[in-house]
Amino acid sequence: MEASAARAPHFRPREAARAGGRASTAISVGIISTFLTVVVVLPIAALVWESHKSGAHAFWQAVSNPLAVSALKLTFGAAFVVVIVNIVFGTVTAWVLVRDDFPGRSVVNAVIDLPFALPTIVAGLTLLALYGPRSPIGIDVAYTRTAIVLALCFVTLPFVVRTVQPVLLELDTEMEEAARSLGARQTTVFRRIVLPNLLPGILSGAVLALARALGEIGSLVLIAGNIPGHTQVVSVYVLNQIESGDPSGAAAVAVVLLGASFVLLLAVGALRFFVTRYERG
Amino acid sequence: MRRLLLLALLVPVACAVVVGAAQARQAGTTVNLVAYSTPKPVMQKLISRFGHTSAGNGVSFSQSYGPSGSQARAIAAGQPASIAFLSTGLDIDTIADAGLVGKNWNKAPYSAIAADSVVAFVVRPGNPKHIHGWSDLVKSGIQVVTPNPFSSGSAKWNVLAAYGAARKSGMSDHKAVQFVTKLFKHVVSQDTSGSNAANTFFSGKGDVLITYESEAYSAFAAGKQGKLIVPRPTMLIELPMVALKDATSAAKAFIAYAHAPKQQAIFASNGYRPVVKSVLKRPNLASWAKKYKTGPTFNIRDRLFGGWLKANRIWFDQNTGRMVGIERAVGG
Repeated sequence: MEASAARAPHFRPREAARAGGRASTAISVGIISTFLTVVVVLPIAALVWESHKSGAHAFWQAVSNPLAVSALKLTFGAAFVVVIVNIVFGTVTAWVLVRDDFPGRSVVNAVIDLPFALPTIVAGLTLLALYGPRSPIGIDVAYTRTAIVLALCFVTLPFVVRTVQPVLLELDTEMEEAARSLGARQTTVFRRIVLPNLLPGILSGAVLALARALGEIGSLVLIAGNIPGHTQVVSVYVLNQIESGDPSGAAAVAVVLLGASFVLLLAVGALRFFVTRYERG
Repeated sequence: MRRLLLLALLVPVACAVVVGAAQARQAGTTVNLVAYSTPKPVMQKLISRFGHTSAGNGVSFSQSYGPSGSQARAIAAGQPASIAFLSTGLDIDTIADAGLVGKNWNKAPYSAIAADSVVAFVVRPGNPKHIHGWSDLVKSGIQVVTPNPFSSGSAKWNVLAAYGAARKSGMSDHKAVQFVTKLFKHVVSQDTSGSNAANTFFSGKGDVLITYESEAYSAFAAGKQGKLIVPRPTMLIELPMVALKDATSAAKAFIAYAHAPKQQAIFASNGYRPVVKSVLKRPNLASWAKKYKTGPTFNIRDRLFGGWLKANRIWFDQNTGRMVGIERAVGG
């Protein structure tokens, strides 16, 4: 682009405009990178710094603590289950909201976002009242791993729904009709036409849900029971480290959580790149 | 888009200005009380009465209540505070380490303790599981609720009380640690704070909640259902209240005021054991005096513990503490 502009000196006005564009690009990149540095990069760098303050040995001791390991396993396990549940039910929910017309659809549509509006500690309290020992509907799962998955499903519900919904709205039904008219069965239409279109949206939602589930604490502190080795998730484990005056140990475990999350997010990103390659040709 | 980015940059600046202005306003005759989670009702009574005295006239209070350990760290990190009222001496030591109160803060009247309590049990109304003492907690099928001692100061009292009670009943050190391990195998929810543990118990989980006697009375005052059991033996809980080094004279006057008999009587009628014991002889406190009759038999300065610093190192050190081994035995 720039080379061709240089070879065409008679396009001065456009070049001037482009130079202005470059300047504004530089400014916005500058602003964004400053913002990201202040909000994301510096805090994460400080976290990594804190985790290594007491030396490599202390770092290893903190992260190899069997209770830290089991908290990490539980957290990733629960997050994995929650992501699968979200992928299935989030997609179905989005589908129903877009494709089916039923009375009260706008109400259901509004309800989807409610878990975001609720402070998560209130969500935990509500779930405890509903699914705890005094459950009015006779379901008592509080203080079990089931409760952890339930609470995480509650707080991550909107992600997949809200990333799939706009894609479904944009999706041209003519493609599906064409496939059907050519004799494709409903399952084939879904597998070959609908799903490939939805996958990027589903994966975006899954990434958000995963990240949220890994770091969640508010809705879990009341309902999980927090028994070390059984129902203590990593965020609560880290909280305990901080509260007992071991910020370096807390940071070490948090860095492992962060590193593993980063790898997972990269993997999903790569998957997303893979499934959308046909769109980019 | 660029306008949006500008906004994103301006919002934090605006927030900083607002916070700065708020802090500037707190100068003068404001006393910043930073306290642990539960003494709000009794502190508000004291503060409103203090306002009618000559020392307290015109003094305004800002009050902050939260988990004791977090409050201590917030003060150490710079949260404005003139009085700290926390649930363990250990948390005052955190502030002392930051140089904000003197190292020998407990060389004050009443050892800087504003009120006492004891480690106690709350059971279901009518005590259906017949829980009367520490050994009843480890009977088969009993579910215990206590916070996690690594995140909650109040749970540290509970752990040490269980150990101390076992030792006082004649167990060896080894047996007593085994008793605490067994006790933690009966714990069904290790909440992050004393108030979360109370929430767990009063929402229906467990047969017994280990807590402060004073916390039990504030829960009952708030309409919660349960029965208080003060086990024998049990441990004395001391609640320190100190003025920070740079506190105004009003803050220091308030602490002296809190130790005056009239205010100690208010503590007594709100579920706290007064440090000025003579007030329990007052006729109007006779019913409370009866409730406080089951006295504690040991405290943190007992030979069993050797003070907070030693007890904390032996029991709650992140790597070598006895509690680490107990949690592993429970979770492994």
